[in-house]
Formats: sequence, C-alpha cells, structure tokens
Amino acid sequence: MLDATGRIIATVAGEAGELSLFGFRAMRDAFRPPFEVGEVFRQVHELGLRSAPLIAVSGVAVGVVLSMHTRASLERFGAESMIPAGLAIALVRETGPLTAALLLSGRIGAGIGAEIGAMRVTEQIDALEASAVDAFKYLVVTRALACVIALPILTTVMNFCGMLGGFLAEHAASGMSLRLYFDRSFSLIDVADYVPATLKTMVFGFIIAVTSSYLGFTTTSGTEGVGRASTRSVVFSSILIIVSNVILVRLIFFFFPGLQS
Amino acid sequence: MTAIAGVRDERPAVRAAVSVAVQLDRVSKSFGGKHVLQQVSFSVAKGTGVAILGRSGTGKSVTLRTIIGLVRPDSGRVLVDGEDVCGMTREHLNTTRRRIGFLFQTAALFDSITVGENVAFPLRRHTDLKEREIRDKAREKLEQVGLESEYNKMPGALSGGMRKRAGLARAMALDPPLLLVDEPSAGLDPLTTDEIDDLLASLKEDAKTTLVVVTHNITSARKLADRLVMLHEGRVEAEGTIAEFERSDNPLVRAFMTSEHAG
Ligand SMILES: Nc1ncnc2c1ncn2[C@@H]1O[C@H](COP(=O)(O)OP(=O)(O)OP(=O)(O)O)[C@@H](O)[C@H]1O
Ligand SMILES: [Mg+2]
Repeated sequence: MLDATGRIIATVAGEAGELSLFGFRAMRDAFRPPFEVGEVFRQVHELGLRSAPLIAVSGVAVGVVLSMHTRASLERFGAESMIPAGLAIALVRETGPLTAALLLSGRIGAGIGAEIGAMRVTEQIDALEASAVDAFKYLVVTRALACVIALPILTTVMNFCGMLGGFLAEHAASGMSLRLYFDRSFSLIDVADYVPATLKTMVFGFIIAVTSSYLGFTTTSGTEGVGRASTRSVVFSSILIIVSNVILVRLIFFFFPGLQS
Repeated sequence: MTAIAGVRDERPAVRAAVSVAVQLDRVSKSFGGKHVLQQVSFSVAKGTGVAILGRSGTGKSVTLRTIIGLVRPDSGRVLVDGEDVCGMTREHLNTTRRRIGFLFQTAALFDSITVGENVAFPLRRHTDLKEREIRDKAREKLEQVGLESEYNKMPGALSGGMRKRAGLARAMALDPPLLLVDEPSAGLDPLTTDEIDDLLASLKEDAKTTLVVVTHNITSARKLADRLVMLHEGRVEAEGTIAEFERSDNPLVRAFMTSEHAG
C-alpha cells in the first residue's frame, strides 16, 4: 500500500520535473534563432482566431448570468445603478481571464495534445528531425508563443462579450441604454484592474501549450495513447491553471495593493 | 574485415577513410533491457549501395535510424562522412542531415499538408529557391515516383504504396548524396517495385548517390547493392558482395538468397 503510494508520488514528481524542464527549454529556445515566425502566425490563427467564436459566445452567456446574480444581490440594497460597474470589475479582474483560460485549455489543450501525439506515433516528429528541422522548436515553441499571444487577446474578447451579455440582461430587466450601460461599466475600472489580470493569461497560455505539447511529445502506444494524451492535456492544464492562478493573484495583490480595497 | 598491416597497405586504408560515406563501429543499442543492436559494424563506400537484409524485428530500421541520429547508440560510433553523428552539436547534426535523404518504413508523411507540400517541405526549409522553382522541383520529384497527379491530394487520400513513393520523393527533394531507404518496395506491386528500383539504381549510377536500402527483396538487392549486410537478432550475421552471398553456406543467407524464386 505504502509502496504503491510511494511509486505514484515518484512518478508524479518525475513527470512534474520533466514537464518543468520542457517548459524551461521552451522559454530558452523562444529566444534562440531560427525563429519560426511563419509557423507562429499560423498557430495564432489556428489556435487563437479559431477559438474566438467559442470565447465570444461563452462570454455573452457568462455576462448574462453574472448580471442576473449581480442584480439579485444589488437590488436588495437599492444599488441597481452599480450593476454595470460591479459586473465589469468581476469580469475583468477574474471571471474573464479564468473562464477564458479554462475554456481554451479544453479547446486548445485537447487539440495540441492530440495533434502532437498523433505526429509522435506516426513518426512525423522523427520525419521533421530527419529533415533537419528542430521539432521541439517547430512544434512546441511556436505553439507556446502563439498561446502567449492569443490568450490575452481572447480574454479581452471574453471581457467585452461578457459586458455585452450584461447589457442584454440589464436592458431586458430595466431598459437601460447601451450608452449608459457602458459608461457605467467603465466608470470604476482602472488600468490596474485590466492589465495585470489580462497579462496573467499569458502564463495560462504558456501552461496550456507546454503541458499539452509535453504530453503529445511523450505519447506512446498508438491511437490509444493519442486519446490519452489529449484528455490528459485538458485535465493537467486546467489543474495547473487553477493552481497557478492562486499564486498569480497573490503576486498581483502584492504589486498592486490598491486592488484589495 | 581483416586488419590491414604493413606500409604498403596504409595508403589504400587512408584513401578508404575519405571515400567512406557511412561507418558503423561496434554499435550497440538496447530498449528497456532488450538488446536490439549488438556490436554492429559495417561501412558503406561513397557512391555504392548496401542492402540490409534480415528477418522482421532484427534491428534493420533501428540501424538506419542510428545513421541519421534519430536513435543514439548506447555504445559504439556512427560516422557519416567521417564525422561522429552522436558527438555533433544541434547545428552540425542538422547540416549533416541536410545531406541525407530518409525514407521511413511507414513513409511518415506530414498529414496536415498536401503530398506536394510534403515534397516541397525540405526545399522550403533549406533552399533559397523561389516559390515557382520549389513547386517545379517538387513536381519533378513526384513525377519520378509516378505521382505527379497527386500533388494536391492530402496524404490520407493515398494508398500505402503511394504514400511510400511520396515519402521517397520527399527524401530525394534536396538531391542528397546519401539516401537511406527503409523497404522502398514494401506494399508495391512487382511492376512499380521495378520502377522504383530502376529510379534508385539510376540515382546511384548517374548522381553517384550512396544508397543504404533495407529490403526483403533479393531482386531489388541485386539491382541496388554492391554489398549486402545480413542482420540477425541484432548482430551482423554475414557481410559481403552478392557473389559472396550466393556462394555462402550460412543457412540464413542461403534461405534469403533462394527466397527470390518464391517471390
Ligand atoms: N523506440 C523503440 N522503443 C522500444 N523498442 C524498440 C524501439 N524501436 C525499435 N524497437 C525494438 O527493436 C527491435 C528491432 O526493431 P526494428 O524496427 O529495427 O526491426 P526491423 O528489423 O526493421 O523489422 P521489420 O522488418 O519488421 O521492419 C524490435 O524488437 C522493436 O520492438
Ligand atoms: Mg523495419
């Protein structure tokens, strides 16, 4: 029993170590030529732009729901006029970044895990190497960069669509105009609300890309292994996002003490 | 091979060193405790062909992979143009790999791009050719393997034999002086096999391409190989010319040499 637990801990520690090395290598290689600029753009398009509809639709839905909750709590204090600002701050500071990152860990993580996993088991990664291409740089670094670029943008889309959803709900409830709603939304938001929270999604993007690339790269045992790599990519990157979020929020509070008031 | 001693024999030995394209020197490799290659040594002279024969699972593909540095031997050296593949820096290894064409046993085409783009891939990566020239060259290589009309198809839409030929076209894209091919005729009908063999033979004759071919087909081996290496359970069981193999009384070699009548 203890033996089994010990083995599991050793395995997990080993994998975590390997994954960290993989991440460090991705960071280091990102600054070493040759830079696969074309491939990075292709990935931004493939992973980022193509996720925009998912993020937009989810953003609106989250905005509607958040608005209904905000209304329920603020109505009690007769503070309905605070709904837009309250919703905007909740979205921008936390709900937008985290929801976007978790949704994308599903879409992008599963995609990268399956694609790179399939390339591993069908020897396409070896074929890249044999063609004198650094497969790690070509596949992993490009995806990591693409995700680091795409996540803050998609988060901003999420925030904006969330506010739009908030407006729709509010308009239905009280007939508030679009102009007034957005004026009130932005009335209390500060740069310090938006910038650190949005930039932290770069870390989330890096986590998604590196975790799922790692699982794809280390895929063994055929088609079954590809499926496993894909699922585990989503599970592990979601967990790592949620855990690292705790640390990141602490860091943000440390550097922007004003946000705690 | 017997050691050469004496002053008179030194000069040919030195000349041999420069004219050797590939040399494996006591290469051993295990995967998880399983000894796949054990002290494998042979060499391939520039501009000649060597066929690697042997039963399934004896380490032929692994041998080919060590030459291009995809498999690192546990011990022993692999020299390409006199340089140790294992000791190379990343850049050096890539420079060497550009001079090597590699056909995987599974073809290993990139399945997210078209067949034509697969062949164009090495050209895009490693040459300064213009878009038009790249396409023309890729088309020409596909033509040589009889796939000119498949340029815009996706690899998934090809048959096994077609994929293999497309893989060969990609391996030939940069006109490498060294071509490593893993069972080029597996999955091909006898007529196409002959055509591919003729193509490889012409590369050897006209372009002086060095060939290392894994094959089960003795007819192909006759056409392409100046020397044969027979692997058995990870060791070199026999090595020599076709004529030597024909005279051999090694039962395994005999079994292989007579199998041609069957197929
Ligand atoms: N990456 C690997 N990990 C573990 N074992 C491997 C690996 N590559 C090859 N092997 C093992 O090495 C042995 C030799 O494999 P190899 O592919 O070289 O055989 P082969 O001679 O090419 O056979 P075939 O004619 O069937 O292609 C096999 O037992 C195989 O299972
Ligand atoms: Mg093989």
